[in-house]
Amino acid sequence: MEDAYRISVGGRFGRLAALGGAAMLAFFVALPAFAGRATIEDLIFVFYMLALAQYWNLLAGYAGLISVGQQAFVGLGGYTLFALTVMAGLDPLLAILLAGLVAGLLALPTAFVVFRLSGAYFAIGTWVVAEVYRLVFAQWKQLGGGTGTSLPPEITNTVFGIDWVKALFDVRTSAARDMILYWAALALAVGTVLAVYLILRSRHGLALAAIRDSEPAAASAGIDNFRTKLAVYVATAMGTGMVGALIYLQKARISPDSAFAVLDWTAYVILIVVIGGIGTIEGPIVGVLVFYFLQSHLAGYGTWYLILLGALAILVMLFAPRGIWGYVSERTNLVLFPIRRRLIPPE
Amino acid sequence: MTAWLDTLLQGIMLGGLYALFAAGLSLIFGIMRLVNLAHGDLIVLAAFVVLVVTTALGLDPFLAALLAAPLLFAFGYALQHLLLNRTLGRDILPPLLVTFGLSIIVQNGLLQGFSADSRRLGAGALETQSISLGGGLALGVMPLLTLASAVAGILALNLLFYRTSLGRAFRATSDDPETAQLMGIDNRRIFALAMGVAMTVVTVAALYLGMRANFDPTIGPARLIYAFEAVIIGGLGSLWGTLAGGIVIGLAQTIGARIDPEWQILAGHLAFLVVLVLRPRGLFPRAVD
Repeated sequence: MEDAYRISVGGRFGRLAALGGAAMLAFFVALPAFAGRATIEDLIFVFYMLALAQYWNLLAGYAGLISVGQQAFVGLGGYTLFALTVMAGLDPLLAILLAGLVAGLLALPTAFVVFRLSGAYFAIGTWVVAEVYRLVFAQWKQLGGGTGTSLPPEITNTVFGIDWVKALFDVRTSAARDMILYWAALALAVGTVLAVYLILRSRHGLALAAIRDSEPAAASAGIDNFRTKLAVYVATAMGTGMVGALIYLQKARISPDSAFAVLDWTAYVILIVVIGGIGTIEGPIVGVLVFYFLQSHLAGYGTWYLILLGALAILVMLFAPRGIWGYVSERTNLVLFPIRRRLIPPE
Repeated sequence: MTAWLDTLLQGIMLGGLYALFAAGLSLIFGIMRLVNLAHGDLIVLAAFVVLVVTTALGLDPFLAALLAAPLLFAFGYALQHLLLNRTLGRDILPPLLVTFGLSIIVQNGLLQGFSADSRRLGAGALETQSISLGGGLALGVMPLLTLASAVAGILALNLLFYRTSLGRAFRATSDDPETAQLMGIDNRRIFALAMGVAMTVVTVAALYLGMRANFDPTIGPARLIYAFEAVIIGGLGSLWGTLAGGIVIGLAQTIGARIDPEWQILAGHLAFLVVLVLRPRGLFPRAVD
């Protein structure tokens, strides 16, 4: 077999990137021991936006399912967390996992409806369904109806492991709660990146890349396009639901208008992915850093800030459709997450 | 019984408004397969243009809309020519994202320029006039005028499509852009003209939006969703279908509101989902995709 063709997935900096990633992970795990609360809260935001961006990227960049309705699953996750903790008295961290399950289950009937539409019409269809969820949850009187409700402090203050963190770091309850939420957000973000990476490295990832490049060709190669897309849709709904539960555990206040907001949970997420670079794992990471920078420096300008973001989306799409990472990667051949398979001819 | 008959009539007339919202969207999709996510915000933008003309010149809203229409036609032409034509191609992401960005810009630009206050186009006595049908039934003149305008607008668009050379060019480009180009049609110009025509229809929609109820810069996305639902229910590519789709949404909303006022919007969405499940290609499908 010496002179046979080989398939290589390793990138130039693959190993180095893995080592660097491990070092950064260790740094972020240890960070609450020495960072202030403001930093911790900012990083929670960065982590959950990163996770949302990775899921949207998997949907749109790989499965070709451009959804403008992912806020449906953020809201479902958030409301499930509130229902399970306030009404059923479950531990919030357990409720986050169950919220993912509920979002995944509800993704099935949602897909049954929206998968009848394709392309751009799928996009608006997912938005309609998110609106339906928003209006239905506005009718749920036990959870505050249209005005929403707050999470009682005794629920957030009794989250799993809080006494242990208080004793170990000698901090007050609110600081300990933030630390636990920080680690949960870190775990979700890192878990998401790893899961997306492993999916794309597997044969299912190969199928997804084939679907992205040409649906008829993928189908003729024996890929069941519909089932692959459905699986991605349900999996991203589960992940998005878990992130939504975490977001509203941190906010400790939920209302239908905020939980199902197209701007916060879909428009910003799309911007992150597109600015960073759609169709790569690195893109959303770069995008979330850019977005965090813009948000922390310009959000005070209100409408002008949003006008700038809209203009940025248009400019990137017209002049650099592969985003920042696509631009960098094209010129330097730099790959941090090697998922692309290359055929290497015999010597 | 009379109450229910009244609800049905109100629903049909409300459907006229939704058909006006949807006609522009349907036209653009039919000719260039572009789904314009900024459509709702463009309706609101047109309403503000009519408002500015009304207050600046002290005109009646109908006359103001007549003056605003050529302006918005030119705006639509320029928008398509300078921006949207660059996004058209095999990939559906660029047009979606660019129109999404445009939606954010228009919405926040209006907020910046006009604040979040509710506005209205005053139509004087016309707002409250009604025609009695006997038996306790009455039709508001304004809703009736909306429905009549929707029917007239769709009639006019159909005449444009099937009786003029521009309409022939529209249809040819829609059917097969490459061959149309071989026959000497400049697709990019045709698309720009189509967006101009769509913005003219949007002006009419904006006129009735502003005269019938209050509006503010944030209501665009909801109008887009109603318009989209009407287009899908009617079947892609059929303008009369779009009218029928608008009426279905209007009926569902008024019937829903009659059962419980909080269910008005939800009932419209549910009617859309039911049609989507039972007749995925709409009631009167024309286009293939």
